[in-house]
Amino acid sequence: MHTLTLAGISAGIKARRFSSVEVTQHFLGRIERLNPALNAFITVTADQALAQAAAADQVVAAGKGGPLTGVPIAHKDIFCTDGVLTTCASKMLSNFVSPYDATVVRKLKEAGVVMLGKTNMDEFAMGSSNETSWYGPVKNPWDLSRVPGGSSGGSAAAVAARIAPAATGTDTGGSIRQPAALTALTGIKPTYGRVSRYGMIAYASSLDQGGVLTLNAEDAALLLGAMSGFDERDSTSVDLAVPDYTATLNQPLKGIKVGILKEFFGKGLEATTESLVRDALEVYERLGATLVEVSLPNLPLSVPTYYVVAPAECSSNLSRFDGVRFGYSCAEPKDLLDLYTRSRGEGFGAEVKRRIMTGTYVLSAGYYDAYYIKAQKVRQLISDDFKRAFAQVDLLVGPTAPTTAFELGAKVDDPITMYLNDIYTIGANLAGLPAMSIPCGFVEGLPVGLQLIGPHFAEAKLLNAAHQYQQQTEWHRRIPAGYA
Amino acid sequence: MSLTRDDVLDIARLARLAITPAEMPGLSDSLPKILTFVEQLSAAQTADVEPMAHPLDGQSQRLRSDTVSETDAHERYQQNAARVEASLYLVPKVIE
Repeated sequence: MHTLTLAGISAGIKARRFSSVEVTQHFLGRIERLNPALNAFITVTADQALAQAAAADQVVAAGKGGPLTGVPIAHKDIFCTDGVLTTCASKMLSNFVSPYDATVVRKLKEAGVVMLGKTNMDEFAMGSSNETSWYGPVKNPWDLSRVPGGSSGGSAAAVAARIAPAATGTDTGGSIRQPAALTALTGIKPTYGRVSRYGMIAYASSLDQGGVLTLNAEDAALLLGAMSGFDERDSTSVDLAVPDYTATLNQPLKGIKVGILKEFFGKGLEATTESLVRDALEVYERLGATLVEVSLPNLPLSVPTYYVVAPAECSSNLSRFDGVRFGYSCAEPKDLLDLYTRSRGEGFGAEVKRRIMTGTYVLSAGYYDAYYIKAQKVRQLISDDFKRAFAQVDLLVGPTAPTTAFELGAKVDDPITMYLNDIYTIGANLAGLPAMSIPCGFVEGLPVGLQLIGPHFAEAKLLNAAHQYQQQTEWHRRIPAGYA
Repeated sequence: MSLTRDDVLDIARLARLAITPAEMPGLSDSLPKILTFVEQLSAAQTADVEPMAHPLDGQSQRLRSDTVSETDAHERYQQNAARVEASLYLVPKVIE
């Protein structure tokens, strides 16, 4: 039962082959048995899940419900969940019980989705390996000595280990796509503004976007469709109708123009990864796509641009954690300043502090123009590069990550090396573009991801291209040893 | 790019972060490395470029009518606060 896709579980519930309660119990049992070695969950909401599942079964018994009724998933612990601990993997929020649901959570609840629990992540989504979590690192089910990627590492490990059939994630610089690549999953980050950020704890507001990690493109289409759409509670939410992403999955790709991103195939990319990505390009050629080499000359500046813009926004967003209204509060504060500085100093981890301080510096008087304004100008250049590319091609394709999953602890002491994990994914965030990662092979038993980037609001085309690839390949069906 | 111990403490003060002596070496080492890394942006030609304000073209902040849309839930919200009395958040005395 646990190897079924969301669509498979949905069909099984509808055909009464099993009930939502039975599926939910099955996954809760697997979580209990397999999660201790993975550390993919921070909170498991078993009682609530079974109550939601029982309610879903009644809806189905009455002949009602939709394609997601009774289907269990996990939520990244960055999404606020009413009455449930919502930690963002930080000591700062280790006691925070959210008084409301994020819009994403509410929409999926309304669609009948059952929540299994809240997944581990890098603290406040700041990391690329899930090692900055206050709750400890997550292990990659493909090799427990390696990282699952980050920041949505718990979501990735949970789905890859089949202890949850799908999970939500968020992506500020690659936090859905990079873990999807490192665990052989399908992950999509939609266009900025497509999914509401209301109740999604903010890191860098002009880059953050919610999305999903699933077993294939069809499930991603199903789940993303249900959580997308306009929300008046998010001032950057876009008021544009959401197409039925599942309706166009089977469109032929004949005549589509696919751009090969020249800058993604330079030094730093492992040769074994490159060769698998090039094999995937051949699959697209066989499917009728025309391949064109495209150059985005400013793209190599995306990582330094990101490490000015994101910390700047983070230093502003995280100023709300002051030890007064919610979250960790230090013991016996001497005065107001002591309350602020010690609550924050004791409540945030090392990487979060590093980014807050970087952001504080680049926004401070005398440095604002040289760092922040300069970075926003380069961001415009990168965005213009993408615009020019999409005048020529329908999609851009390249690797998701430069290497396969690395060993736990291998990069924790060197922030720059860690930041360069996201070298291929950050560009899409800076330009607000939809992008996804799909499995395209294995190197010594470790998964490799293929990245697809589209123009604004081209989610349907991305999912179509991913689905067509998955009709020709079997990589996405592989299950890590011990989890089948 | 280098930062003195006082520079680091000054940034921490602006960020309202208490830094322990044990954290100093890590920050003194990594912050200058990050700032040096991002300095490669200075080579980009941006003379005629407007700083990007929004990831999507032509988007502006929406306005909504000034009407009450939330109901009072302060008791619920204040359950997450460390110190509350008579529906008020408590902080150390500010005015002597």
